[in-house]
Parts: sequence; structure tokens; C-alpha cells
Amino acid sequence: MKLVGKDLTCERGERVVFKGLDFAVGAGELLVLKGPNGAGKTSLLRLIAGLIEPAAGHLELNGGHKDLSIGQQSHLVAHQSAVKPSLSVRENLAFWSEFLGGGDIEASLDAFALRPLADYSAALLSAGQLRRLTLSRLKLVARVLWLLDEPTVGLDDNSTGNLRTLMQDQLDRGGMIIATTHVDLGMGDATTFDFAALEARQ
Amino acid sequence: MSVLKALIRRDLMLAWRQGGGTGTALGFFLTVVVLLPLGIGPDQALLQRIAPGALWIALLLSVLLSAERIFQPDYDDGSLEQMALGPAPLEMIAIAKAFAHWLSAGLPLAIAAPLLGFLLNLDPALILPLGIAMLIGSLALSLLACLGAAITVGLRRGGMLVSLLILPLYIPALIFGVSASTAGQAGPDITSSSLLILIAIVLTFTVVVPLAAATALRAYLR
Repeated sequence: MKLVGKDLTCERGERVVFKGLDFAVGAGELLVLKGPNGAGKTSLLRLIAGLIEPAAGHLELNGGHKDLSIGQQSHLVAHQSAVKPSLSVRENLAFWSEFLGGGDIEASLDAFALRPLADYSAALLSAGQLRRLTLSRLKLVARVLWLLDEPTVGLDDNSTGNLRTLMQDQLDRGGMIIATTHVDLGMGDATTFDFAALEARQ
Repeated sequence: MSVLKALIRRDLMLAWRQGGGTGTALGFFLTVVVLLPLGIGPDQALLQRIAPGALWIALLLSVLLSAERIFQPDYDDGSLEQMALGPAPLEMIAIAKAFAHWLSAGLPLAIAAPLLGFLLNLDPALILPLGIAMLIGSLALSLLACLGAAITVGLRRGGMLVSLLILPLYIPALIFGVSASTAGQAGPDITSSSLLILIAIVLTFTVVVPLAAATALRAYLR
């Protein structure tokens, strides 16, 4: 399985965010996106998920499910939490589990040690706990491609460790991860894509 | 189907627990109906004449009032984006959300209206036709509210715009809704034909609204 992007151009409004971008991620591989703010890291993730149409170029998931879009085979963890404050932690997970076609709520609660908070309203969570709840969706249903936008922001050391475990599991299963980050994820071998280099080349 | 069930159940739970849901719609409806006779004065014949129309307008405004919460909270917190990556197309999500809105706002109001009609000296013979017409008509109102909410979801303070955009589309539903409600005064034929046209309006919106709403949502998610 391989996700390939060829000669991708992304435009937001009238502005060209990036052009001529090539990348490839294979099964079990982690691609780390680096670059200054506004370079287009988040735009690339949203483009892969299918939320933004590429202005030019081509995106293909070889060996993926034929009837599903790339977005439907991806987990996108962005800055927004997609958590409802008036539902409890467990109810939030239960909704996404049912919506996404059945998932393991208990395992998700354990992935980021949220079990003690399971029956509290999500409105009471701290920023870091909210982030953990958002990330625990990764464990809820298996998806072949993970698109993580600065996943470690707001996480304490323990939770960063938990995230690392989850990511390693995904890679070991033959999944793919594309993550943007400004810090070292500590994930061993990862391919790095540098947006600054892309801009310099042009 | 479990996708739609999950979404409808969650939206109902949120409408029940959060402000701006069922409580606000019912409260607004009650306020209008209670204040109207006080503003118009104790002319019972006049009240009886305007009762069906007044109830319909109160229903329409209450539904419109709660339109914003159909998509806005989900857009703001990223839920809508996640739903777009889910197994169901946005068209199905739009129809599920419109239905959930009807269950949480339209349906309770349609049930309450004939009862609150007593405050407006509503002709008892009209209770049944009014109830039926409102039950069906409020579906059209919820569908249009869903369309308006989708079109304005990314705009700050879009509430005003929703009213302006959607109001013209509300007019046919209002005309045939009131006409179907006042059957007892105008003969039985009017009832059935007005009611049938009202049903036709609902069916048309059921097809058109999800397509239009999903197109608008896709544009905003970019």
C-alpha cells in the first residue's frame, strides 16, 4: 500500500500555498512534515483528506479500498477537538464509534488513560485532557492513513508516550502516518519533508 | 443507517441538554402566544379569526430561531469536518440533521400549538386540522432551516442572513399550512387540497434541501 502525491499545487483564495509538491508514503512508514508557519503543512493534510481540492496535481492511494475516498480511509486529527462539552467523555467516544461504524470504546478510553474521567462532562476537561480525548479517536476505529496536525501540542510526557505507542502500533500494522510537527516525535526512523526546502528549490 | 441513527440521537441529546434547543423554541413560542392576546386586546371574535395564522407565524419564527444550532456548533468545533470524512455523504448528514431538528423543535411545537391555541380562543373544531397541518408543515420549516443554516454556517452572526434568505421560501409553506389549518371555516375540500400541496412541498424540500445544503457545507469546509 502506498500513498503518492505528484506535482500537487494548493491554492487558498488567490494565494498559492505550495506548488510542485511530490511525496510518497508506503505501508508502515511515517512522513514528518516540517516547515515554518503558513508553509502549507495543514493545507497538505486537508488536501490529502479531500477537504481541499488540489489546484493541480494528482493524489493516489495504491492498494486502498476502491469504493472509499482517501478521506474515508483516514483519521484527521486537527486543531479542533470535535468534542461536545455537554456530553460525557464516554458519550463523545460512543457517538464517534457508532458514527464511524463501530469501534472499541473501552480500548480508546485506556489508550490515553481517560477511564477515570469517562463519566465526567467533557466541559470539565483541561486543554491537555481534551487533546487526549481527541487523539483517542485514533484507537476507536482502524484506518489505514493517519493525518496528524501537531499531535503532541498540549500533551504531558506520559500522554506523549501513549501517543508514541499508538503510532508505533499503527506503523507495525502496516498503516501510514503523515504528521506535522515542530518538535521531535521520537519515533525512530521517519522520512522528513521540509517545506522550506521546497520553497528554496523553486 | 446506524450513522444516521447515531447522528439523530446525538443531536436530540444536545438539543435537550444545551441552551438554544427544545427549551428555547418552546419558550419563544409560548411567549408570543401569551403576549399576543394582551397586545391585541380582549376581542374574542378577532382573536378567534387570527388564531391559526398567529400560531403558524409563531411556529415559523421559533423554528427559525433555533436554525443556527443545526450546523454552527459542529462547524466551529471541527465535528462537521470529521463527519465529512465519515462513511456517510454530507447529503445524508444534512437530512439526518434536519430530521433531528424537526424532532427537537418542530414536533414539540406542533404538539403544543393546538393546546396553546386556547389562549388565542382557537375554534375547537380547528384543533385537529391545525395539529395535522403543523405536524407536516413543520417538516418543511425544519428542512428550510437546515438549508439556511448550511448556507450561512461559516459566517459570523449569520442568523440575520438566514432569515432573509429563507423567508421567501417559507411563504408557500405558510400559505398552504394556514389554509389547511382553517379547513373548518372554508369547507372540507380546501383542507385536502391544501394539505396535499403542503405534503408536496415537504417532499420537494426533502429532495432539494440535502443536495443544496451539502454543496454549501463542502464549500465552507475547504
